[in-house]
Amino acid sequence: MITITPPESLPEKAKGRHFRAEKFDFASFFFTALTGLATLFILAILALILLNIFINGWRGLSWHFVSSIPKKDFFDASTTGVLPMIVGTTVRVVVMTIFVLPVGVITAIYLTEYAASNSPITKIIRAAVNNLAGVPSIVFGLFGLGFFINFVGKNMDAALHTPGAVWGQPALIWAALTLAVMMMPVVIVATEESLKAIPSGLREASLALGATKLETVLRVVLPQALPGILTGGILAVSRAAGEVAPILFTGVAYYMASLPHHVTDQFMDLGYHVFVLSTQSPNIEKTRPILYATVLVLLMLTFALNIVAIVIRTRVRKKLRALG
Amino acid sequence: MGIRRGHQARPLEWLAEKFIFLVSLSAILMVFLIFLFVAREAMPLFFGEMNTALVQKPIPIADMDKLSPAQLQKYLELTPAQYAAMDKDTLKLLMGVKQEAQDEIPEEFRNDPDARVNTTEWRYLLLPHQWNHYDKPEYIWQPVGQIQKYNIIPLLVGTLKVTLIGLFFAVPLAVGAAIYVSQMARPKTREIVKPTIELLSGIPSVVVGFFALLVMATVLQKIFGYQTRLNAFVAGIALGFAVIPVIFSIAEDALTSVPRIYTQAALALGASRWQTAWQIVLPAALPGVFAATVLGFGRAIGETMIVLMVCSASVMSWSIFDSARSITTTIAAEMAEAVSGGPHYRILFMLGALLFAATFVSNMIGEAVIQRLKLKLEGKS
Repeated sequence: MITITPPESLPEKAKGRHFRAEKFDFASFFFTALTGLATLFILAILALILLNIFINGWRGLSWHFVSSIPKKDFFDASTTGVLPMIVGTTVRVVVMTIFVLPVGVITAIYLTEYAASNSPITKIIRAAVNNLAGVPSIVFGLFGLGFFINFVGKNMDAALHTPGAVWGQPALIWAALTLAVMMMPVVIVATEESLKAIPSGLREASLALGATKLETVLRVVLPQALPGILTGGILAVSRAAGEVAPILFTGVAYYMASLPHHVTDQFMDLGYHVFVLSTQSPNIEKTRPILYATVLVLLMLTFALNIVAIVIRTRVRKKLRALG
Repeated sequence: MGIRRGHQARPLEWLAEKFIFLVSLSAILMVFLIFLFVAREAMPLFFGEMNTALVQKPIPIADMDKLSPAQLQKYLELTPAQYAAMDKDTLKLLMGVKQEAQDEIPEEFRNDPDARVNTTEWRYLLLPHQWNHYDKPEYIWQPVGQIQKYNIIPLLVGTLKVTLIGLFFAVPLAVGAAIYVSQMARPKTREIVKPTIELLSGIPSVVVGFFALLVMATVLQKIFGYQTRLNAFVAGIALGFAVIPVIFSIAEDALTSVPRIYTQAALALGASRWQTAWQIVLPAALPGVFAATVLGFGRAIGETMIVLMVCSASVMSWSIFDSARSITTTIAAEMAEAVSGGPHYRILFMLGALLFAATFVSNMIGEAVIQRLKLKLEGKS
């Protein structure tokens, strides 16, 4: 048996030294506190914003408010309502989902299931997805105007011989499509993450039983990845619902007397309405209650969805980490 | 996969695979289309086809035949398609209209040197110019009135000013929080704090703008006691809110991906937690922190609604307590008034293309740095 004895030459003080430092480590304490404060500060800002909106917005919220169509002068608190905005935002987001979900999911399937991870084309696709995620929202708005309205829409008008401009003008469908392009990376990344979390053993078992690659993807991989795909969809929806810049030139209306009936109609939008109420109001003090209430409605729509998505995503990530 | 199944041809499977591949190319197509169509609308500017000069020397109708078709088209400010669709009589008519328009210009502009200037030329877009009634050469963005001035330098300055304020505010906070969450906090705390901070990115920017406009502007003015209530400083801080989750998320990922062996070795050698974080983990993950800042920058210069709501006057000033107008704000606020196909419209699209290029570059840099860091850390562990 070997026993370790401290060498005699060591000074007296060092002998009793264990793993813990004896002196109070000031630097460690100071910087831990500093970074901790930074974290706290960010959390405090978040809490402040949410609380401020919730407390002030709650009072203005009523059934009448969310279910009535406002008159032209929607700054008046007694007669105003946000129904057309809720409908407009919901419809544009639903139409967007119809377009973005299939494309995003299929792209993610290609990237994780089919593509060789270091082939040049895969790298280019990945770079494109990353870049798409970084394009400023206002540039998407310009793109929607330049491509969907001025190019696709105008050419459709010419091809269909429509009387006047039907497609070649700002419309719900163009706003939704612009958002769909913008949200592609969100769906792709979330789906990819969930596809990667599926153990390769499942795929191999399926292939070994004689299923083809496509069958494996459709019947084994996709059902397993469903929560992740759902997360991607929800995240895209919640992000898109709050975006205003891309729809500024592609379909949003300052005021409409009725709800949109057709995809070529313009629409009113919650986020844009918040912008209008807070910058164009003749009397901001009078508008304040309905402004807060509108913001609260918008937040409930986007934020609630976002929380759901984050909870699912955290679970998927845990699963991924557990698999190593 | 390694197994070859050569026993059956599966045309459907083959088709499906090709279809999946084709769909996956759509991301590339979209990036390409975005650039193409934003740049397309700005094209005539680059070729010097726009002319905003109010007073032009009219060409007598009799001289029409002396002009080449290209010259005539430019003189009448027509697109090639429009030009091709017109016969000679219509062109003659247009030349007459042009002449009449020149005759109707009020006397006050006839002797104004500004009225003879084509303000969409590059030197007027980028360099200071001494306009009539001004004491010295100045940078002016003023897209309204008879003589429209399109100098984009005030917008660039405004964008940079707001963005830099935002980053100065956001980077220390976000990186500090990332260090704390990834290195100091207990795993339990980490699991709660990380998603919560990421929630911040779930708040729509129009809501952040609203909060800055109604609440923050007042509070900050009380604290700092400056003159103008809405200025670049408020916009920058609000912008910081929007950028914090981006920077935090990437920096935290980079810090977490530093192999545990590094930390364990440092701790075993007697380093304190802080020394390990500051001298071992942070240097190893520094490229990631850098990338986070670059990507945050890209996000900040592209943010529209916050700056649009908080400040919008275009003044050429570096003072942070003055107002500022960013590129995004300008596009958002003025596109509705710009005549489709006119010089103002084209310049707004050019600004969009510029913005796209700037974020494209910052994205490329950020992603490349992250990729290299990943390889390096994985290779060594």
